Amino acid sequence: MKYIEEFRDPKLAQTLSRAIAAAADPARTYRYMEFCGGHTHAIARYGVEDLLPGNIAMIHGPGCPVCVLSVARVDAAIALATRHDVILCTYADLMRVPGSKFTSLIKARAEGADVRMVYSVTDALRIARENPAREVVFFAIGFETTTPPTAVALKQARAQGLGNFSVHCNHVLTPAAMRAILEGRNSGVILDGFVGPAHVSAVIGTEPYAEFTRDYGKPVVIAGFEPLDVMQAVLQLVRQTNEGRAEVENEYSRAVAPEGNRVAINIMDEVFALRDTFEWRGLGHVANSALRIRDEYAGFDAEKRFAVDLPAPRENKTCACGDILRGEKTPEQCAIFGDPCTPENPLGACMVSSEGACAAHWTYGRFRQAERAGAPA
Amino acid sequence: MNRRLDIGKGRVDLSHGAGGRAMMQLIEELFLGAFDNALLNREHDAAMFDLPPGRVVMSTDSFVVSPIFFPGGDIGELAVCGTVNDLAMGGGVPKYLTAGFILEEGFPLADLQRIVASMAAAAREAGVAIVSGDTKVVEKGHGDGIYINTAGVGVVPEGVEIAGDRARPGDVVLLSGPIGDHGVAIMSRRENLTFGSAIESDCQPLGDLVAAMLTEVPGIRVLRDPTRGGLGSTMNEIAQQSGVGIELTEAAIPVRREVKSVCELLGLDPLYVANEGKLIAICPPQDADRLLSAMRAHPRGRASAVIGRVLQDDRSFVRMVTGLGGTRMVDWMAGEQLPRIC
Repeated sequence: MKYIEEFRDPKLAQTLSRAIAAAADPARTYRYMEFCGGHTHAIARYGVEDLLPGNIAMIHGPGCPVCVLSVARVDAAIALATRHDVILCTYADLMRVPGSKFTSLIKARAEGADVRMVYSVTDALRIARENPAREVVFFAIGFETTTPPTAVALKQARAQGLGNFSVHCNHVLTPAAMRAILEGRNSGVILDGFVGPAHVSAVIGTEPYAEFTRDYGKPVVIAGFEPLDVMQAVLQLVRQTNEGRAEVENEYSRAVAPEGNRVAINIMDEVFALRDTFEWRGLGHVANSALRIRDEYAGFDAEKRFAVDLPAPRENKTCACGDILRGEKTPEQCAIFGDPCTPENPLGACMVSSEGACAAHWTYGRFRQAERAGAPA
Repeated sequence: MNRRLDIGKGRVDLSHGAGGRAMMQLIEELFLGAFDNALLNREHDAAMFDLPPGRVVMSTDSFVVSPIFFPGGDIGELAVCGTVNDLAMGGGVPKYLTAGFILEEGFPLADLQRIVASMAAAAREAGVAIVSGDTKVVEKGHGDGIYINTAGVGVVPEGVEIAGDRARPGDVVLLSGPIGDHGVAIMSRRENLTFGSAIESDCQPLGDLVAAMLTEVPGIRVLRDPTRGGLGSTMNEIAQQSGVGIELTEAAIPVRREVKSVCELLGLDPLYVANEGKLIAICPPQDADRLLSAMRAHPRGRASAVIGRVLQDDRSFVRMVTGLGGTRMVDWMAGEQLPRIC
């Protein structure tokens, strides 16, 4: 726990809290988006909101891999899992994400589909080696953080001639999503800046965020996932806003190098290519926002190997996940938040993952709702 | 004369549950000696006994833990402690248990003997007698080695009135020691988690601790052992049953450093990790100091702490002042705890 508890120290938190309050101009409001679900989770779990002045609003961004997965992709996962020759391997968060018509992988599993929860893609490779008579499909999700391990697995599978292993690729790109939010046709969100990704930045470095400061005038402060990281980033953002600056600053220098991780970037380039477009839940079709498996690895591409013919996906129309992922609505503003949509009975993806904005609000913050309603303004 | 059971190499077969001579041999050579008590040794279909005056508490629990042997305990010890603790949480003095075994064909007799021996040891430690039992054998592939059910009865002394709906605003919440040990010990041995961990299960009977607490503070209002679902779910149960709110203080809740580390690594919250030898007590504020001293004076409660207080709240919310200094909800656990992915 060394090097973790230091970043949760209550005395430092109080000091930062006072510094933020002193820096913030009471005559204006500040609206910052924390892009990553990891930040959303930390803010809610540690009660960071209580340590920020009332005129600083944190807006929860779409950096939660299962939350942004479109219903069509979830349907594809379920269809693959239901094939009798397939073992579908995926991360646990995906299990309860609703597809069309209230289906989910966990329900498919109860009906006999062979779905295995894995901690890493290495487990999926092992399962493929242990089950040579079955097709083992790794349903790969995630931003740039989980992409390099998938690339390594594909290289290993090819080197070992593991013919029964394939990857259904849903890896997506962070800068493209940030751009989509700023370019949104529905630009109801006025953002003053971003708390930039932690682990993603450890892979891609700081340079990819320069466009947001240059082209959109939005400061970006890259921050770790501990609560003091987030608070320090907020302080730096407030200072930039006050001074009219828009720069990329790196609060998370203990893990993020400006140039990122070259080895990881090169291996991603070797195995993956840009998709022209990809559908995100909430953001719709976004150009150049996701990766596909290169043709050299076509034999390990589950999308090429297994034709899945699916009816048009059906999203729950009352669910406001889309608006929430764009930062245009808060979870409480969704008509079904808490009734009937809860973590036990999620109707939308934001309620599934602990990093989803709705789940974080429901699990850690909903006592505030009633207090806000009842308390004097 | 039959050959004696080959405990070293023998395995359970279907005849051990068929009601014939093989079953009798299993009972006599494996169970009777270990559980040794007058009521069981009579080998009646049912045990017959008198109970001291007072209300009778009764409870049952089934045990399907995997792996069956884990650091700090096994399924047998768990099966005794689990039911004994349920009786104790009603304020009862545990007296008698029954034990039902569902064995899978092929289960090693040596493992069964080891489990039975630890049940016997746990029963002695808890001061209860296992007075009736049952053994069934299912075909290979229809069970996971061994399942155990235990049921128990105990007696609640005069003047003791403990229930989940008795917490009142202003009451104080106490915890008998660090949380999360059992769940982490089990997880450290699950096949797909290959990290080593020095953490042992906290599995232990709590009847004597409860007796010591009640001697000092007969007016304890609520007792609960935070097993499945952990401390977080237990607090929510009590808040809901009593129609009150509860505020915990994160910094006051004892968690071992190793447990914290494992939870950090796996993205788990110790508040929702299972315990098998800890209890929560809620008492009026004027009794809290005496109760805390009584708990700390007992070997099973050395690390006891005051961890929170009961509030007026119609919504029955459980909240926590975080270590950082903010406030958050402590909700019911949703599904199984899921590890983070990025």
